[in-house]
Amino acid sequence: MATVRNFKFSAAVVAAAALLLSACGGSSDSASSAAVDPDVDITTQKLVISNWAGYYPEDLAAKVKEAIGVDITITNHANNEEIMGKLTASDDSGIDIAFVSGQYAQALASGGKLFNFDKAAIPNLANLYPEVADLAYDQGNNYSAPYAWGTTGICYRSDLVDFTPDSWNDLLNPKDSIKGKTTMLATERWLALPAMKLLGYSMNTTNADEIAKAKAQLVKTKPTLLAYDDTAYYTKLISGEAVLSESWDGWCNYGTAENPAIKFVIPKEGSDLWADTMVILSSSKNKEAAHAFINYILQADVHAWVANNILYKVPNKAATETLDPALVTSYPNMGLTPAELLKGEVVLDLGTDSKLYTDLATAVTSS
Amino acid sequence: MVKNGGSKTSRHLGWAWASPGLVFLTLFAAIPVLSMLFMSVLTAGRFGGVTTPINFNNFARATDPVFVQVIINSLLIAGATAFLSLLIGFPTALFISRLSRKWQVIMIVAIILPYWTNFLVRTYAWLVLLNNEGIINKFLRNIGLIDKPIEMLYTPAAVIVGMTYLYLPLMILPIYAALEKVDKNLTEAAFDLGSSAWKSLRTVSIPLAMPGILIGFIFVFVPSLGNFVVPELLGGGKTVMIGNLVRDQFLKARDWPFGATFALILALILIVLISIQSYVSKRVNVNA
Repeated sequence: MATVRNFKFSAAVVAAAALLLSACGGSSDSASSAAVDPDVDITTQKLVISNWAGYYPEDLAAKVKEAIGVDITITNHANNEEIMGKLTASDDSGIDIAFVSGQYAQALASGGKLFNFDKAAIPNLANLYPEVADLAYDQGNNYSAPYAWGTTGICYRSDLVDFTPDSWNDLLNPKDSIKGKTTMLATERWLALPAMKLLGYSMNTTNADEIAKAKAQLVKTKPTLLAYDDTAYYTKLISGEAVLSESWDGWCNYGTAENPAIKFVIPKEGSDLWADTMVILSSSKNKEAAHAFINYILQADVHAWVANNILYKVPNKAATETLDPALVTSYPNMGLTPAELLKGEVVLDLGTDSKLYTDLATAVTSS
Repeated sequence: MVKNGGSKTSRHLGWAWASPGLVFLTLFAAIPVLSMLFMSVLTAGRFGGVTTPINFNNFARATDPVFVQVIINSLLIAGATAFLSLLIGFPTALFISRLSRKWQVIMIVAIILPYWTNFLVRTYAWLVLLNNEGIINKFLRNIGLIDKPIEMLYTPAAVIVGMTYLYLPLMILPIYAALEKVDKNLTEAAFDLGSSAWKSLRTVSIPLAMPGILIGFIFVFVPSLGNFVVPELLGGGKTVMIGNLVRDQFLKARDWPFGATFALILALILIVLISIQSYVSKRVNVNA
């Protein structure tokens, strides 16, 4: 009797210990890179690609199959955090290509999770604006190819506000007429952005004093907000529940598409420059097909087709030059030039200092 | 374990009966809680995950007033949700238990039926109802009762209402199960002996339903305390609960040890509560 119990107990302990130890397995820091074999028949390879829901043309998989002969499966993630969770939970997530924001690509690369591109296999990188190669999260586009880029600003109902917003102050210290009708982004780096810019700080600051001052401003702003919202604020603008929202430029277009009175402005204090990128996981066993996929997206006509579909700007010079001028008339931010965008500060991964911003967001939202 | 000895075979049989339960508890309760405990004393990896050295800093960090406030708020919100569920659930269960057999089945099915719909869809329905340009505000404005919308959505109250709606069946069903077993003659006898409706409720129905009430309270309180979706959707991100802290530390701050610390705190609160429930429940049963 006692033996049976002890055996069961020890078995449970051994199993528990094994699980715990497997949880501590660290990741190696070595960035993997090698030339891909140009003679491999990529049509025998299959790709699993994770992208944001609604951030790609619906018939993308069919087009890819037709053009380069590779079967692709697209899975969706709602945000960077979700895909980071999937990619970091194990050594092989089964995902070949992930779409992540630049600073997350930087974090993945520093954790040894990304494959350094064999640029000879992606000749269409030459279609990108040359400025793209200077973006600080990945200078030289060694492990990330930009898919879309843009900035953060104020999206507002020009018919429901009695002034023309042009400053982060309009959001952070709102006039009485719009109190309770404004929203801010909930993801911590963008939750902090307006206060950092209004106070004249870098959005990548790790200075404790600057973060404390931003926190004081954000705590003061909280009671004037309708909500913190990353995903549905443009529907609140359409219904009129909200009249002024901190917004990524492309999301504001989804509002403008429904109601032309919804406009976008980059506040005069400045803003950020974000880029969403395509990366190849070092665990991928289909690297040749992965390079071919990225090269296909960067093809001028394909990337222009993507831009038309998702209403975000693409950092592809050759593609942007072919965009229909009517698109820019309807959605003025689609016409922002690289020079205008580059005034924005590039969002960087802060490594272990990221927790400063998580703590800031917790302190503000629970105040 | 069989009390007071018992033959060798019956003891082995006892283990055989218990083994599926033991395996389940080991896999899905003991190991997860132990791994949280283990993780909480490690150091955050630069890139998610955990590394050595072992340290206890996270427990000190968790006592920061910001986090203590979040924990207190969570307890209050989950408590209010359980209480509101009880206020609605007890009369409902009492009513159902007094119906004919056929109607009891129909009512129970009606209560469970909404569960077949995804809970996000049901939560979004509240967004449509409660928002400033929503159905309720528009109706009140059209009949001239109000001229400015009542702010209902994106408040702690909206979170409580939303979670009460989600978890109400978990209150009704155990109370119904307790009341349904009660001999109808007991309440009749109370009436016959001149007891008022209120007095028979207070001295007969409520005490007999008490085990169900306690279980219902735990069933509603536990998932409410850990919920992070409802605070985000109906609270507009302005109400933060422990569940949000756990999620944010794992996915946003990539600080698994700190997230594990909050998960552990959550588990500890629940263990204490369930111990109280089981203690009170035993005493109630003895008295009844």
